[in-house]
Amino acid sequence: MTQYLMAVYMVEGEAVPADDVIQQMYKDVDAFNQEIQAAGKWVFGGGLQPADIATVVKAQGGDVITTDGPFPEAKEQIGGFWIVNCADLDEALALAGRASRACQAPVEVRPFQDEPEA
Amino acid sequence: MDIAAIFRAESGRSVATLVRLFGSIDIAEEAVQDAFAVALERWPADGLPPNPGAWITTTARNRAIDRLRRESSRHDRHAQAALLSAASEKYESEPIEPVGPVSDDRLRLIFTCCHPALAPEAQIALTLRLLGGLQTPEIARAFLVQEATMAARLTRAKKKIAAANIPYRVPGDAELPDRLKPVLAVVYLIFNEGYTASSGDDLIREDLCGEAIRLARLLARLMPDEPEVLGLLALLLLTESRRAVRTAVDGSLVLLPDQDRTRWDGELIAEGQTLVRACLRRNQPGPYQIQAAINAVHSDSPTAADTDWGQILALYDQLLAVSPTPVVALNRAVALAEVKGPAVALAAVDDLDLGAYHLFHSIRADLLTRLGCHADAATAYDAALALASNAAERSFLEGCAVAARQRAS
Repeated sequence: MTQYLMAVYMVEGEAVPADDVIQQMYKDVDAFNQEIQAAGKWVFGGGLQPADIATVVKAQGGDVITTDGPFPEAKEQIGGFWIVNCADLDEALALAGRASRACQAPVEVRPFQDEPEA
Repeated sequence: MDIAAIFRAESGRSVATLVRLFGSIDIAEEAVQDAFAVALERWPADGLPPNPGAWITTTARNRAIDRLRRESSRHDRHAQAALLSAASEKYESEPIEPVGPVSDDRLRLIFTCCHPALAPEAQIALTLRLLGGLQTPEIARAFLVQEATMAARLTRAKKKIAAANIPYRVPGDAELPDRLKPVLAVVYLIFNEGYTASSGDDLIREDLCGEAIRLARLLARLMPDEPEVLGLLALLLLTESRRAVRTAVDGSLVLLPDQDRTRWDGELIAEGQTLVRACLRRNQPGPYQIQAAINAVHSDSPTAADTDWGQILALYDQLLAVSPTPVVALNRAVALAEVKGPAVALAAVDDLDLGAYHLFHSIRADLLTRLGCHADAATAYDAALALASNAAERSFLEGCAVAARQRAS
């Protein structure tokens, strides 16, 4: 069993979809969430506020520096994510395909590192 | 005794089995390398074991177990013990004969190597390394990249397989059609690498062609209802049937029209043509089936003059429709020259953006020769020579360039 991050990517500044499209998206994502919860694959998931709401905090020497805005100045930002438990990458890719359809955006799949041995 | 050659032929099977036993490509590769070192030491004195493949697998397995025991430190001894006992159990309970094609470890391994989560160039490199038993420098030469670049590519791909938990299994029915495409592409490229090694003095590396055909046969047994698998096997068999006469005694290249057709391998041709007919009955054409059909037309002609170029051109039109690439268009131009003449073919070739491909220049040169433009032909042969790295192809092109220059003066 491997834990995967499924990160949803949004292009900042892109036109907001029509209301009925958004409503359908919510419905599809909700159905997907319920399904993976029932299947025991769900660990956590949720949508995020836009990246310009973000704050970066960085410990530097003895100081902690706080700056406004997201860390990478990229056009593509994470708009939401799931953390899921899957048997292998094939299962995670299949889930990500359905997640991408539900939220109508590309989904990046990344495995978590194994926990270091105690 | 050519121990290196025996190892290359057998190592894929051993690596694949050890990956299943130990769940790690790195452990499997290292263990098979260890077994190679033992063979180099013992075989010359003790003689070849009765079943070298089984000897390599058993020796590699024992070496892997020794290494894991030696390297296991106190805190992970428990985990290592579990891994070892699981590996031993799997090994001891193994049937002597594989139960069916699905149980072939190499097939599992090729689907892992050709997983779509890996970049295509990594898929080919991994398959050549793990199943074809090629060393990293040879693969680097085949892809015209630096050895360090290829080593990094292989390391990164193996790391991703482990970290992302890419499964070691043959995909289920639903995923199979999509997952098959990269596998077929990889097998085809391995065959091509064997048929015309991209550099070096051996035009043909039989073991690579043999390995590709073996993999294609295995795929055909597993997926008898997949027409493109049969098409690929037919294409490889029909191409292979001409191998013996593709080079002369002195190692120089003999082109299709000049080959002694009585020495083509009749058995391979019959098998290939039977497969092509089976594909035609299914009527689900794809790129491999069409290329096989083109080769079947050549195989059908007792002499070069009897070749049904009209049918070949029609098949190329069909091929260009399903895979519209410049290389297909270039090959189609060869048939076009036979049907409509070299001027029409040259016009079609000149439209193609293939300046970096040596065959583009050599086909242009041939068409220019037929049109009597010998000075231009000599220049085109020079351009081909500057790009070709295979010794047999180079000496063929050098001869053509000299002849063109003589005619021009």
